[in-house]
Amino acid sequence: MVYHERAAWAQLIASILTIGAYAWLMLTNPDPTTSWVPIMLWTISIGIVVSILITILWGIAVGLRDKESATASDMRDTDISRLGGRVEHAFLIVAALAVIVLCALESDVFWVAQAMFAGFAISSLLGGITRVIAYRRGLA
Amino acid sequence: MMVKPTLVTNTIRAHREKAGLTQAVLARTVGVTRQTLLAIEQGKYSPTLELAFQLARAFGVTLDDLFDYPED
Repeated sequence: MVYHERAAWAQLIASILTIGAYAWLMLTNPDPTTSWVPIMLWTISIGIVVSILITILWGIAVGLRDKESATASDMRDTDISRLGGRVEHAFLIVAALAVIVLCALESDVFWVAQAMFAGFAISSLLGGITRVIAYRRGLA
Repeated sequence: MMVKPTLVTNTIRAHREKAGLTQAVLARTVGVTRQTLLAIEQGKYSPTLELAFQLARAFGVTLDDLFDYPED
């Protein structure tokens, strides 16, 4: 497994953990509308760190066996990365439009933030799924 | 861009085995990872035109010898 495929898996795993943790913390919170800021910021921060840690530790484990696979990449990785990026971009735009609509409706800032978080989460999740499928099933 | 199977087939694996080359050696020769060469052999990834020429040149054959695209 090449570096970028491991990074795609790390992103997918971190996205699932982040979404799951955020949903659990918000649903079990007695008053999420007032205490969502630290929950959201910590969840995003820890999600990014987890993704980086998985990539690094997995890279070290692979590098011990096969040094070349630890860092090697080529045009296939670029193509798959571009495909995943397009999916992520599309969902970020949907989230941005949702935020504009919520602002136009003068919605509470809580719902504006939830919409943006959902956009980040879904785009990261689907971008990761797209990359993993492209690596497993092919990109032809 | 949709993920779909390519109609292009190739005989890279047969040529590689005939030449006694491992995937790792051939991949290094044409400058790609072993995983990419495997994906090309299995029809899961279409190589760029430049890479296709490099592969053909590595075996000393033409593109037509290495790749096939079905008639309509």
